[in-house]
Amino acid sequence: MGEVKFMKGNEALGEAAIRAGLQGYFGYPITPQSEVVEYLAMEEPKHNYVLIQAESEVAAINMVYGGAAAGSRVMTTTSSPGFSLMQEGLSYIACAELPCVTVNVCRGGPGLGTIQPSQGDYFQAVRGGGHGDYQLIVLGPNSVQEMVDLTILAFDLADKYRNPVMLLSDGAIGQMMEKVNLPDPKPYKPDKPWATTGKTADRERNIITSLFIQSEVMEAVNNKLQEKYKKIDENEVRFEEYQIDDAEIIVMAFGLTSRICKKVVDLARKSGIKMGLLRPITLWPFPNQKVAELAASDRVKFFLSVEMNAGQMVQDIKLAVEGEKPVYFYGRTGGIIPTPEEILDFAGKQIK
Amino acid sequence: MPAKGYVEIAVEGCKGCNLCVINCPKDCLALNTSDTNSFGLYYAYLKNEDDCIACLNCAVICPDAAITVYKKAG
Amino acid sequence: MKEGYELIYKRPKTLTTKRMHYCPGCFHSTIHKLLMEVVEEMDIQDKTVGICPVGCSVFAYDYLDVDMQEAAHGRAAAVATAVKRMLPDRYVFSYQGDGDLAAIGTAETLHACNRGENFTFIFINNGIYGMTGGQMAPTTLEGQKTTTSPYGRDVAKMGMPLKMCEIVSQFDRVVYVERVTCNTPANARKAKKALKKAFEYQGKGLGTTFIEVASNCPSGWKCTPVESLDWLKDKVYPYFPLGVFKKPEEKE
Repeated sequence: MGEVKFMKGNEALGEAAIRAGLQGYFGYPITPQSEVVEYLAMEEPKHNYVLIQAESEVAAINMVYGGAAAGSRVMTTTSSPGFSLMQEGLSYIACAELPCVTVNVCRGGPGLGTIQPSQGDYFQAVRGGGHGDYQLIVLGPNSVQEMVDLTILAFDLADKYRNPVMLLSDGAIGQMMEKVNLPDPKPYKPDKPWATTGKTADRERNIITSLFIQSEVMEAVNNKLQEKYKKIDENEVRFEEYQIDDAEIIVMAFGLTSRICKKVVDLARKSGIKMGLLRPITLWPFPNQKVAELAASDRVKFFLSVEMNAGQMVQDIKLAVEGEKPVYFYGRTGGIIPTPEEILDFAGKQIK
Repeated sequence: MPAKGYVEIAVEGCKGCNLCVINCPKDCLALNTSDTNSFGLYYAYLKNEDDCIACLNCAVICPDAAITVYKKAG
Repeated sequence: MKEGYELIYKRPKTLTTKRMHYCPGCFHSTIHKLLMEVVEEMDIQDKTVGICPVGCSVFAYDYLDVDMQEAAHGRAAAVATAVKRMLPDRYVFSYQGDGDLAAIGTAETLHACNRGENFTFIFINNGIYGMTGGQMAPTTLEGQKTTTSPYGRDVAKMGMPLKMCEIVSQFDRVVYVERVTCNTPANARKAKKALKKAFEYQGKGLGTTFIEVASNCPSGWKCTPVESLDWLKDKVYPYFPLGVFKKPEEKE
């Protein structure tokens, strides 16, 4: 069943959240993400979710904490500077193991930067982002359809692992309009016996906290988190391959740049260069094993990471390649979207 | 004549803050300064059993909820 | 029990048996006890969710036998907002100190009040940062010595102590504001009454309820618990007057 619509990425994301059983949305307007909260505000009367335009991103992420700890499906969305403001809250959420969905419709930085699209928050997304040892599950949509599909997946992964999940999107994916298949809403039945809903006579009180003052206890909590991250790493890696089977040059890109790199692969193949694209869909966990396999292949000559930043994912590729093959980087910053021609030109220069 | 009431002060629960002692209208309570509980703290005790009127003042002011109060029945 | 006597007061069951870590004579403990007496008397243990802060009362969940969340420093009002919105039929309170509510969390406090969030603020104002070792608070009195105002609070540099009850009373959707204290049994009884009233108003869905406790900190003030009562009387109450600042009109 479902429904086919022509939608803007940010609005499709809002609609997907509703269809995934959203119960609480807490956010603060920031370009280029504001359409999410605008859409949810417009749709609010038709549904049962709570929507609060918070006084800041700091308040919004802590509302997410409270709502998640109360057992609800909750979400916040923002863009880069706002996501920086949320990092303390996310660290608490990760430590308290609260399921929630966060979205960063990334814009160019650092600082106030630009409102044009960027992938400059990759490090912040895949390295935890706040203080302490923790991981978000990070999904990188590259189309309006994936703004829908990965939002629904994000809610399910969050509940499955009691872990915050984020979508690292960008201003272009958020703003562009495309045809999108919207699945039917699915009933969401929370099963969260740990939630703070009021201590009934048949159980001990529930406490949601990230405070473990004794070193031994804190270490045990960290060990438990690391065990969970290991499990996620083993089970949840997702990626897309394009023309990989005989490829000698492996281009890697996520989100917006992966769309451009598909074009690069097509252009390269037309001129006889055997190029393929490996697109991580989960940015964390990163497809390390797949990259390592390719690096070990005699066929593969080098890797090229194409990003709209100064070189971030390229470091993860290098870690996975472990020196087996050269890993090159091509990127643009400031909100500039690289063209297929300039990427192909750069790739061509690396061919010895 | 038996007292109108009496109190029990949990020795281990008391931190010796003295707030019950100064708020007893009948001067029934005192701080035992010749002994300490296992936390090394002086503790309050009912020194004058005859005058307690079960007014609850000590229990209300006690920060640590260490005082139980009984009243003469009837 | 002695023969011929009956039990008329004991520690509330809603307070856990764990020994509270607070210093001797600290009103945090008193308020914990009174709050849990209210929860017990109203029989709402299964409907109560508390938010505790960062500061001395960071471990409040060890003592209050209700579902609890520990919030990031200053964010209890934002957390409580979401909890109450998601669970509107529960009794929700945020329990916060002066640094939490009136310094780092001022924005969250004021905006929750402005929205009229239907939960109860319990604001422990002891004029000092107890947990971190006695530094200046937003409510430290003029001239009061702390480790970061060792020559006394200089209002020309540090501003005046913030009067939160007076500030939050200005919001239309804040319905009940009272400053209480626990220096005497009579005042402790009043404090309990205020907490109960706040919960009752919350139960009726009237809007934000805000109880400030003019509290003490014998360790931070470097005095005995009994001496702290003198400081309260001589210095604190004149600047932070006790009483009701705002209450809903009650139909008799």
